[in-house]
Amino acid sequence: MIRNRETAHSIIRSFNHSVIKMLYVVITFLWTSILLYLLLGGADFGAGIIELFTSKKNKAVTRKTLYSAIGPIWEANHMWLIIAIVILFVGFPVIYSTMSIYLHIPLTVMLMGIIARGTAFTFRHYDAVVDDMQSIYNTIFAISSFITPLFLGIIAGSAVSGHIDPEADTFLEAYIFSWLNWFSVAVGLFTTSICGFLASVYLIGEAENDANRLRFAHKAQFFNIAAVVCGILVFTAAYFERIPLLEWVFGNWVGRIAIIAATLSLIFMWYQLYQGKIRLLRPLAGFQVTMILLTTTFRHFPNIVILKNGYLSLMEHSGQEKTMQALGMALLLGSVFILPALFYLIYSFQNKPYQESGH
Amino acid sequence: MDDFIAARSQMALSLGFHIIFSCIGMVMPFFMAVSHYYWLKTDQIVYKNVTKAWSKGVAIFFATGAVSGTVLSFELGLLWPEFMKHAGPIFGMPFSLEGTAFFIEAIALGFFLYGWDRFNKWFHWFTGVIVGVSGLASGILVVAANAWMNSPAGFDFVNGQYLNIDPIAAMFNKAWFSQALHMTIAAFVATGFAVAGVHALMIMRGQNVLFHTKSFKIAAIFGCAAAILQPLSGDISAKDVAVRQPAKLAAMEAHFHTEKSASLILGGIPDEANKEVKYAIKLPGFLSFLAHGDFETEVTGLDKIPAENHPPVAITHYAFQIMVGMGMAMMGISLVYFLALWKKRDWLTSKWLLKLFVFATPLGFIAVEAGWTVTEVGRQPWIIYNVMRTADAVTPMPGIAYSFYLFTGVYISLAIFVVFMLYRQIKMVGTLYDKE
Ligand code: HDD
Ligand code: HEM
Ligand code: HEM
Repeated sequence: MIRNRETAHSIIRSFNHSVIKMLYVVITFLWTSILLYLLLGGADFGAGIIELFTSKKNKAVTRKTLYSAIGPIWEANHMWLIIAIVILFVGFPVIYSTMSIYLHIPLTVMLMGIIARGTAFTFRHYDAVVDDMQSIYNTIFAISSFITPLFLGIIAGSAVSGHIDPEADTFLEAYIFSWLNWFSVAVGLFTTSICGFLASVYLIGEAENDANRLRFAHKAQFFNIAAVVCGILVFTAAYFERIPLLEWVFGNWVGRIAIIAATLSLIFMWYQLYQGKIRLLRPLAGFQVTMILLTTTFRHFPNIVILKNGYLSLMEHSGQEKTMQALGMALLLGSVFILPALFYLIYSFQNKPYQESGH
Repeated sequence: MDDFIAARSQMALSLGFHIIFSCIGMVMPFFMAVSHYYWLKTDQIVYKNVTKAWSKGVAIFFATGAVSGTVLSFELGLLWPEFMKHAGPIFGMPFSLEGTAFFIEAIALGFFLYGWDRFNKWFHWFTGVIVGVSGLASGILVVAANAWMNSPAGFDFVNGQYLNIDPIAAMFNKAWFSQALHMTIAAFVATGFAVAGVHALMIMRGQNVLFHTKSFKIAAIFGCAAAILQPLSGDISAKDVAVRQPAKLAAMEAHFHTEKSASLILGGIPDEANKEVKYAIKLPGFLSFLAHGDFETEVTGLDKIPAENHPPVAITHYAFQIMVGMGMAMMGISLVYFLALWKKRDWLTSKWLLKLFVFATPLGFIAVEAGWTVTEVGRQPWIIYNVMRTADAVTPMPGIAYSFYLFTGVYISLAIFVVFMLYRQIKMVGTLYDKE
């Protein structure tokens, strides 16, 4: 044990002298985990949301396509949230604990959603007897698929809305209005529609025949429009609540370029879809979401939480040097194991549906 | 309900719930790997059926374990933000490594559950083993975090500041080894006995006897081997606690007065006001022996510890007695079972032996819950032993009682669902796997 400790120490020490700044490594991992959770977990939530918006007779097909698409990587998709949370509480404990205090209620609701959804998904697949219980699982699954990203969005929106007020002295101001405001709710709705959009685009590629492909394309269209409407809602709410969102998004070249790129790729994506080409749809949709996250986080980096009267900064509120070194090393080490295995998993299970549908 | 009590109860409830699923998630993959191995080697279809049936159970437990674990990683902040603000960067190392272990576990599980007839059969088998190994690794790592709360290390506490943080030293704290060893074995005991008990019941009912006999044997051998080791590891833990946390040891033993050649107390009702234990059996000198390996050595009693630092004596004492009682009972059953395996083959098919195992189904998990109660309640009033009080760590948000009621309701319904689901799995064994 002593020896392990010493070698571990000496590895860390040698990194101290190197040019790599672990803090940036950690921040990159944090951002990437959030992005991947949004892309993979989001598509997964979206699949449930689609069920909510699918007519009764088509539900079974949607469900089957969904299951063959996400079954194997289902658990892995949700690991990104845990990675993000662990990075927050180890590396940025003040940010984690402040959010935990003032966003207690939406966090709890989100947790309820996560519990309900995760278990309903598994139960409906593994219940040995297929009977009326299935419709109970399905209802729970669909509703919690909607609630969870809604509250995730509300939490994200609240973090930057400036509504969190550590000096508030009433319960309402400290624990309710911190998240119950137009801006946060609009961000929540925007997040849900993004999830629905991702999932529909994803399922287009999984569909087993043209009729279903068309159905998912229509869904994609629906959620695309919903996302635009909710986006406008977000900007409107920001305007009325004096959140300088326009400035964050368009006030710098990164934001402008990202928004232009996202818009162009969206147009290109629809063009491809009408041409009947589906190969690039997923990467394009992923690209758009990445650009959205980039624009909204870039400008006020490193201040990821904006309070009523101040900021919580990833730079100033990070853990001590050694903690960040150890955390960064753990993350780097972890990704050496995880990423190849994850790619192989996705790769292994991706071939089959394509072959079957004759591409 | 007082907010502070509500927060503690909610934490205890969530952990007590999670631990059941995590034990099963850690151990079942090994049972499966054994049966899967027999299938690949012997081509007896019953082993394939056992593996498949178990893997469905594991999928259910894994999903429930994963969501309850996700909840925990938020709850630490929701309930104890002041604790996490300081502790996060210090004891976070095992959690960040654990993230990797979970991830690998989830990936391997994807391969295993969906990989039947898709991959090389030994690669497929191997992914199942990886599920178990990474599950075990995450269990051992998370216990390191808990051990740190019992035996803080890796920082200097100066004027309320946490300086010179060293997360590696924090991970390799003094309590880790004994706790991780004891916990790992406990997971095997609890899961082994629970699974064996269920299959024993099905054998007694005369349903799918071959299927259940094979399953029973695998689970029983694992569980019994672990149950024989467990008291030995418990002894290491007790000696360790005696040195590290004398207050916890004193509470476990309801040992009010410091004395040489201290007696071990069996049973009895601790009376905290009068500092005595009523109606107990006393074995003179045995406590000194258990705690320090010598019949004479002095054992610190609660009288040497300031009253404001006393843990709740009665709960800790009862919980400890329950754990040890269960441990002894299971060790006894295990000895009988191994004797039967080696010498008295005809016992193996006899009703009474099966009955014994059916009776022992819940004992392991009762011991696990009791053991954690000893560890956690025995650490009170500290959340970080001798550094931070639990009362100072709790969230300032009022109304935690409602959150507690909510979680209680959710966990009770989940438990009902899981039992219902398992019941249906077992009921369907005949239809799905009856190809004997
Ligand atoms: C199948 C479960 C099981 C069984 C049969 C036993 N234990 Fe145990 N015990 C646990 C399951 C457990 C546990 C739930 O896993 C704990 C809680 C924390 C830990 O590390 O392990 C624990 C904790 C724990 C502690 C406190 C450790 C600490 O706070 O650091 C002691 C002193 C013992 N045990 C001692 C024993 C003894 C002397 C046993 C004799 C039979 C015994 N245990 C059987
Ligand atoms: C899974 C097994 C565990 C069980 C059954 C368990 C049980 C409990 C119980 C009964 C309490 C309440 C004690 C009291 O208030 O008197 C508690 C508190 C707590 N536990 Fe554990 N515990 C477990 C593992 C852990 C681990 C691994 C950690 C952290 C890494 C942890 C962190 C805490 C915290 C932060 C509290 C609240 C503060 C306190 O009461 O000291 N527990 N737990
Ligand atoms: C002694 C106590 C604990 C043990 C032995 C333990 C062990 C495990 C194991 C083996 C799993 C894998 C799930 C499965 O296979 O069913 C798991 C899941 C999980 N645990 Fe725990 N755990 C403990 C306490 C905690 C605590 C205190 C936290 C949070 C801070 C936590 C967070 C998680 C998370 C996030 C998961 C989900 C990851 C996944 O899907 O694999 N656990 N735990």
